[in-house]
Amino acid sequence: MRVDLSKIKKKVGKVEITTGAVLASDGSTEKNKTGGWRAMRPVTDHAKCTGCGICWVYRPDASRFKDKDGKYDVVLDYCKGCGICADVCPVKCITMVAEEK
Amino acid sequence: MKHVMEASHAIAEAVKQIKPAVIAAYPITPQTHIVERLSEFVANGEIKSEYIRAESEFGAISACLGASATGVRSYTSTSSQGLALMNEILYIIAGMRLPVLMTNVNRALSAPINIWNDQQDSMSVRDAGWIQLYGETGQESYDLTLMQGKISEHKDVLLPSMVCLDGFTLSHVYEPVDIVEQSRVDAFLPEYKPTHAILDPEQPLTQGPIGFPSHYMEFRYDLHDAMNKSLKVIEDVYNDFNKNFPAAIKNSRPDKYYHVEEYRMQDAEIVLVAMGSVCGTIKDVIDSVRENGVKVGLLKIITYRPFPKKVIAEKLKNAKKVAVIEKAISMGSGGALYQEIASTLYEMKQTNAELRNFIVGLGGRDVLLDHVKKIIEMTQKSEGKKEEWMF
Repeated sequence: MRVDLSKIKKKVGKVEITTGAVLASDGSTEKNKTGGWRAMRPVTDHAKCTGCGICWVYRPDASRFKDKDGKYDVVLDYCKGCGICADVCPVKCITMVAEEK
Repeated sequence: MKHVMEASHAIAEAVKQIKPAVIAAYPITPQTHIVERLSEFVANGEIKSEYIRAESEFGAISACLGASATGVRSYTSTSSQGLALMNEILYIIAGMRLPVLMTNVNRALSAPINIWNDQQDSMSVRDAGWIQLYGETGQESYDLTLMQGKISEHKDVLLPSMVCLDGFTLSHVYEPVDIVEQSRVDAFLPEYKPTHAILDPEQPLTQGPIGFPSHYMEFRYDLHDAMNKSLKVIEDVYNDFNKNFPAAIKNSRPDKYYHVEEYRMQDAEIVLVAMGSVCGTIKDVIDSVRENGVKVGLLKIITYRPFPKKVIAEKLKNAKKVAVIEKAISMGSGGALYQEIASTLYEMKQTNAELRNFIVGLGGRDVLLDHVKKIIEMTQKSEGKKEEWMF
């Protein structure tokens, strides 16, 4: 079964909407950068990181990625500074530091 | 086939017959025998529904949302505080236009703690965007449950619906109910064919996104518009049901379902307006006072949301005095049904009738024949306050 998006589109006044606000998933999560309100930033000590990927599993959004060297680090475009990665890291290689200019 | 059973069990039979893919419920007080019986059906293999015993009513209704968002029929039943706990998700389900089906067994809200009958629970969520239909008897509750899917899942409706029936007075009372054959239900109720909410990895969709100030208002307008337009579909479904399922047990339901039922209204000067099981008591009293020549009738409301304004105004156009009798109260304002009748009559420029409000039966307080007699007498003589509480 498929949703025919053209059939659930309608216009209310000048605004186009769809029934129940259903949208095609077009990767909008990637387009909308959500790291803007971060107050704390995770700093990863690559010497200690084992590359286990637990932080990647727990990350909200797309906030962590794997480096070429097999270690994990932050993606500041999506990191909200929640500290989950630092909390779950089994070797405690992530430190949360204040985001300052 | 005719049975003698509780309304709770009759509803469980109806739910079995409409075959939801998912049933989610929280099984502790104020729950009723509806989901208890359904869980037995599932355990015995009599229905194939996925039965989810949730950790709370909030969880149960959320599971129904999730199930419906995948594109299948989902059902839950609740009551009182359970409905109150579902509140947040009720609004989300309506906004996402998911045709979730629910039975709400009408019971009081705390405090003080009280699990007996009144209609404050469902009246408190009348603005959520759910269709609300009120049954007077076990038979009506069963019939409306067979109808609600056909209404909710209609492609021009896509709204959740709630069949409301009075706790204890109906839910726990044994009365004759005609349970129709499965084949006739199958012929009446088509399978749910989702058109906007389907979960499929082949076609990823976003459901329930943020609605910025630039769009939110239009979505709410669309929801309100869908509710208003569903009146026509509800009427069609009533007609279809009337055609396919003629009444089998005398006085167990209206001969013809409609948004309202009229009882001895032809020449009525005094019209009582009410919803639910109290209408049975009212009909009895009407029969007895009519013997003394009092021209009184009853306008029973079955479709409460959407509110059938035109129908109600039309039915009340010859009334000289109208008394709205209700088991709910909007604190600091008055009876909610009374207010809606008042605003409807004003809107339709029918302001000649003397309109008044009687609050009855809160928290399981019995509504006696004498209460109704007194109401008719006070209305006839224009005695008492605009809003009277019948303790």
